[in-house]
Amino acid sequence: MFPPLPNVSVEPGPPKLSNADLVKRSASSVPPPERQLTPVAKLIDVSKCIGCKACQSACIEWNDTHPEIGVFSGSYENPPDLTPEMFTLMRFTEWVNPEGNLEWLIRKDGCMHCEDPGCLKACPAPGAIVQYSNGIVDFVHENCIGCGYCVRGCPFNIPRISRTEDKPKAYKCTLCSDRVAVGQGPACAKACPTQAIVFGTKEEMTKHAEGRIADLKSRGYANAGLYDPPGVKGTHVMYVLHHADKPEIYANLPKDPKISPIVEIWKGMFKYAGFVAIGGLAAFSFLQQVVSGANRVSREDEESAKRLTGHAER
Amino acid sequence: MTNSWTDIGNTDLVIIMGGNAAEAHPCGFKWVTEAKANRGAKLIVVDPRFTRSAAVADFYAPIRQGTDIAFLLGVINYCIQNDKVQWDYAKAFTNAPYLVKEGFSYKDGLFTGYDEAKRDYDKSTWDYELGPDGYVVADDTLQHPRCVWNLLKQHVAIYTPEMVERICGTPKDKFLKVAAMMAETSSPTKTMTSMYALGWTQHSKGSQNIRAMAMLQLILGNIGVRGGGMNALRGHSNIQGLTDIGLMSNLLPGYLTLPNEREIDFDKYMSSRGFKPLRPNQTSYWQNYKKFFVSFLKSMWGPAATPDNNFAYDYLPKLDVPGYDILRTFELMHQGKLNGYFCQGFNPLLSFPNRKKVTEALSKLKFLVVMDPLDTETARFWQNHGEFNDVDTAKIDTEVIQLPSTCFAEDEGSLTNSGRWLQWHWAAGTPPGEAKHDTWIMAQIYQGLRALYQKEGGAFPEPIVNLHWPYNDPNDPTSDELAKEINGYVVEDVTDPNDPTKVVLQKGKQVVNFSVLRDDGKTASGCWIYSGCFNEQGNNMARRDTSDPDGVGVYPKWSFSWPLNRRVLYNRASCDLSGKPWDPSRKLIEWDGAKWTGYDVPDIAPTAKPDVVGPFIMNAEGTARLFTRGLMRDGPFPAHYEPFESPIANPLAPKVRGNPAARVFKDDLAQFGDADKFPYAATSYRLTEHFHFWTKHVWVNAVLQPEFFVEISEQLAKEKGIANGGWVRVWSNRNSIRAKALVTKRITPLICDGKTVHVVGIPLHWGFMGQTKKGFGPNSLTPFVGDANIETPEFKAFLVNIESIAAPVA
Repeated sequence: MFPPLPNVSVEPGPPKLSNADLVKRSASSVPPPERQLTPVAKLIDVSKCIGCKACQSACIEWNDTHPEIGVFSGSYENPPDLTPEMFTLMRFTEWVNPEGNLEWLIRKDGCMHCEDPGCLKACPAPGAIVQYSNGIVDFVHENCIGCGYCVRGCPFNIPRISRTEDKPKAYKCTLCSDRVAVGQGPACAKACPTQAIVFGTKEEMTKHAEGRIADLKSRGYANAGLYDPPGVKGTHVMYVLHHADKPEIYANLPKDPKISPIVEIWKGMFKYAGFVAIGGLAAFSFLQQVVSGANRVSREDEESAKRLTGHAER
Repeated sequence: MTNSWTDIGNTDLVIIMGGNAAEAHPCGFKWVTEAKANRGAKLIVVDPRFTRSAAVADFYAPIRQGTDIAFLLGVINYCIQNDKVQWDYAKAFTNAPYLVKEGFSYKDGLFTGYDEAKRDYDKSTWDYELGPDGYVVADDTLQHPRCVWNLLKQHVAIYTPEMVERICGTPKDKFLKVAAMMAETSSPTKTMTSMYALGWTQHSKGSQNIRAMAMLQLILGNIGVRGGGMNALRGHSNIQGLTDIGLMSNLLPGYLTLPNEREIDFDKYMSSRGFKPLRPNQTSYWQNYKKFFVSFLKSMWGPAATPDNNFAYDYLPKLDVPGYDILRTFELMHQGKLNGYFCQGFNPLLSFPNRKKVTEALSKLKFLVVMDPLDTETARFWQNHGEFNDVDTAKIDTEVIQLPSTCFAEDEGSLTNSGRWLQWHWAAGTPPGEAKHDTWIMAQIYQGLRALYQKEGGAFPEPIVNLHWPYNDPNDPTSDELAKEINGYVVEDVTDPNDPTKVVLQKGKQVVNFSVLRDDGKTASGCWIYSGCFNEQGNNMARRDTSDPDGVGVYPKWSFSWPLNRRVLYNRASCDLSGKPWDPSRKLIEWDGAKWTGYDVPDIAPTAKPDVVGPFIMNAEGTARLFTRGLMRDGPFPAHYEPFESPIANPLAPKVRGNPAARVFKDDLAQFGDADKFPYAATSYRLTEHFHFWTKHVWVNAVLQPEFFVEISEQLAKEKGIANGGWVRVWSNRNSIRAKALVTKRITPLICDGKTVHVVGIPLHWGFMGQTKKGFGPNSLTPFVGDANIETPEFKAFLVNIESIAAPVA
């Protein structure tokens, strides 16, 4: 078993994570940090997960969120989707494998903490989304304007906008940055009874995953592997999958996630022209489309984006 | 559990059948993932549903609920046919060689001696043949046709893979795969652990389900070894403690038994509890019964229990029936013969079968006292909650008194886990509002009762007024005081018989453990098996040392494991007849030529020679019983019986309905449903998001599983026009409920005896109190009948019908 996470130290000490450790800040820049923290990762071993939802429970308790008590809607997934009050969700898929046997795939969904975070790139509000040098991507709510660009920027469809507050704001998993700051791991990992969720340095987690993958291969899962998608330069939340060749069977985990080209353009505009420089109605309507359009990037969006960036398919 | 949770990490093969460890015991399940990750262990799940345990299994096989005995006897048959038996173990450590009396037989689904009118057996032929020396006759060559082995072989021969498929609906190839995987553990260096729970107990033949697996484990040589065993996963926190401390109507603490009304005096009571060894040189540890019994009486009545009054034996209630189990209790309540009910930590309105009958019974009470930390449905049974509790309040005269009590985290004391560990815990919070500890409440009630008896006398005041109550504050006994009393103490100095000046047991001291308990009234102990938990060394239950020499999973200094801090029961059986471990890499104890030593506390006298004294010291034979003599009401071997409500007739004995020895009350018999009107095989179960009926009071759990539903296959949904998430009505011959449907691939129709059997799954966490949406429980539908031996209700297999209905008007 992976060494259990230690209990909280009662001794005061210097924070292990602070603003001095920021490497990226939305719509603004940060000075290079004086120290480089060791990159961290949460590893979710889907093959060890029993779908008990202790992680969801711990997430609610630690973050003190108050998801509403819903109704049964035809599945074990409750709430039925991520919400501003539910940062992580067990997603259940009944999949019949090519041998004709049922597999019940249970994947803990939530923020992947991309090394190249699409949400942060898309965010127009200075300092609303930040990334620490250990890889954690965090939302800073006092800076958030609730515009929803982060949702469009996310290749995993994770952030959710709260409409119940005075001003809308975006919410998602913080990788328990507050716990990590005092030397702890995320609440979900602490609560997981089977250590399907473990937390450590990215290097340790990658190594731990190798052992798990070898075990799965010995049990006949020839395509077992690690999900650490290069399209977003890797993630700080990784999965061990029994069928790593088909991530999409795990409740539509993207096979090759990439930041939408729209976000790349927007980012480019911001970077080179600055937000205020985009005058006029055209820019406004473009942004309107980005924000209030469907939550998914449509084919048209993609194509027009490619045209604009000169990557149109020929 | 024979073993412990931590020991499951030592296994090679986990079989989850009759349980759903990943969902119902997620924290304990970590040891399965340990065994898989660290030892490459395999996990098999056999269940009517593809559960969350199955989701992480190496192999899953479906089975129709209520047919486990056919499956398991099929595996035993497979092992015998394919020579997959750990022969040295089975010959030496089980009763396989013993001869059974002439006249014993099994035919048409019945053993010899059946009386249909009484639904009971004359068990006189279900016994061993005794030799002139008074010992059982044995044939070590296993040749004699009446030796247990040959009777077993004959008994299981009918359970071929084809018959298993026909009864259980398990495809033959899947059955054979499971049988082959299990059979591999007949090797002395391979072992299997059986993890089971209510999926085996909640049947009219629950005890025999478990026996069938225990027998398989014995012939495979998997009992007493690291990573093996029969491991009952207890459902309620401290239900193991409840059983140990004897809170059953027919038990006293430590599995001593309450006298029956024919045992009118002490000598008569003891005359059937002599436990004379049935084989030469055997331990037959129950020969110490009198010491434990007298020490118990001394703890109960202190100075009032004297040799002259046989230690107040007369104060004990005498049973006029085998037991006042919950079914009999509610039957009597329903008949109006029982009119006051104390309900402590129990929610009968949702937990007991045939809810309509339970409601009627509670409505006939004069008073109902509910001691519970939660506002339970039982406490509110009189309140109309629309269709969810449709009662006419004005017509119910029962006076209900609610006494709010505390939760475990607001209290100090010990909880006994499935692995027999007594783990002390401390209060983490203060009780809210007017809530009081159960012990405080009980003490007040006792003080009030005693005062009344002292003042008014009454028919037989002595047992109440003389109750030994030595607590510092009589109104509030502390957990420490109670634990010390349970451990036991010396009442009078005991001196060395060879040197009367030498005091070996000093008055007022805690006894070290039950080995020093006496039958002369000089020691007291509230529960002998727990003795050693709180002795002069201190509170051993509070120990939190995680050391585990050589990483064998014993953790000897963590809490206290009964008996005598022993972690693996029958661990003597982990060694061969010379006292060497069957598997040197799995050593627990071994014989060093003069005594037993090792990681665990030996389950045998320290100097008992390995080739002389058998490992099953609690049995008068010294061996484990494949054939259980007359100790079970429904047969010395398990046999397949259908549930009382079954989609098919018993293929082996079509005329026999249910378990022929199970008790059925007359009115309940009339309420059994038949397959023509109720064609679908229903089962009930728990979901991991909830803990029984407690966590529906908790916001977070309610979010995670908010509303009642039933689960059906895609095939049945199609047949009945039921949509996923759509509304259905489900009804049995007793009641009708409404639910949303979950249409799933995880339930598939089974072909049993040529007929397609559809399974309807009904989880049980909903009621009309708490945070979740109001809903029903399976107990609205289930039949009022229990296991033949211990009356656990048959919640796991019953018949229903189902139809699609329109959504209720909001």
